[in-house]
Amino acid sequence: MRIDPARLIDAIADCMIENMQELTELDAAIGDADHGLNMRKGGEALRADMAAFKAASLPQALQLAGNILATTVGGAAGPLYGSLLMTMGKSIGPDPDLGEVGKALVAGVEAMERLGKVEAGQKTMLDVWKPVSRLVAREGATVQSVRALAHEAAVATIPMEARRGRASYLGERSRGHMDPGARSSELLILAVIDALEFEQ
Amino acid sequence: MTDLVGIVIVSHSIDIAKGINDMVRQIAGSELKVAFCGGTADGRLGTNMKSVQDAIDAAWSPAGVVILVDLGSAEINSELAIDMLPAERRGSVVVCNAPIVEGAVVAATEAKSGSPLADVKRAAEELSPQ
Ligand SMILES: [Mg+2]
Repeated sequence: MRIDPARLIDAIADCMIENMQELTELDAAIGDADHGLNMRKGGEALRADMAAFKAASLPQALQLAGNILATTVGGAAGPLYGSLLMTMGKSIGPDPDLGEVGKALVAGVEAMERLGKVEAGQKTMLDVWKPVSRLVAREGATVQSVRALAHEAAVATIPMEARRGRASYLGERSRGHMDPGARSSELLILAVIDALEFEQ
Repeated sequence: MTDLVGIVIVSHSIDIAKGINDMVRQIAGSELKVAFCGGTADGRLGTNMKSVQDAIDAAWSPAGVVILVDLGSAEINSELAIDMLPAERRGSVVVCNAPIVEGAVVAATEAKSGSPLADVKRAAEELSPQ
């Protein structure tokens, strides 16, 4: 498995910029309608630092990207995605195998979980990252199975009642809508998979 | 003279943060350090870890700092800002689980009288519904 840090960050930035409309609409339904714009701002900030990413190792690139997202995104998604990437960057080597990626992802998701004081089933981005990180860390997980799980996990937030974040003020009325953070997580996971070159 | 616990106010809105800061200043006197922040880096509603870090620096005291927050991301950005502090400061900065306006005023009153960090936090948190 070969990971080009600049290509990876570029894919993340594109994903954050291109999906503004859909994420805005999802957040407008059960939140404050800022998730799309927040993500776009983060993607633009990553793009603005592309020269630094081209010169960076994978651990450096992930830590820098995490720091940029934590300081530019605004909203809970910024520090949560920021801590995910910063922790992954601290937990990974410059040329990781899939096992090492899985371990770093699990560590990153645990950091995000602690920071957000969030549990699975509360209709948040953790409902996507938790099962996906477990699957990636399991030996023999296929690209197809990770893609499918990311999608299923985002869809599974639709019937949930929100327990964290702005949507939790809606209580029961938050049911029937996909969590915007879960959807952006799914989109990012798919974008990252597309950007990576897998040596089977 | 004993060091007083510093106060940081973090709101999604810089106007709210500034207004609370004004109220706290009325009672804080000159020796209590108070700092506030609000809004995203580009001036929209939201919060931003960097501005919380700057506010912690501005309110820094050897006695520690309490942070009062409004909604979700204000707390999460504050917790992340604390995580990123140098190790020797990390244990001396805490987020209060308290209503932001009353919490800030009560914390400032308590801090001004020279109470230690834990007491300032407790005083603010006694305002929260149990
Ligand atoms: Mg939002």
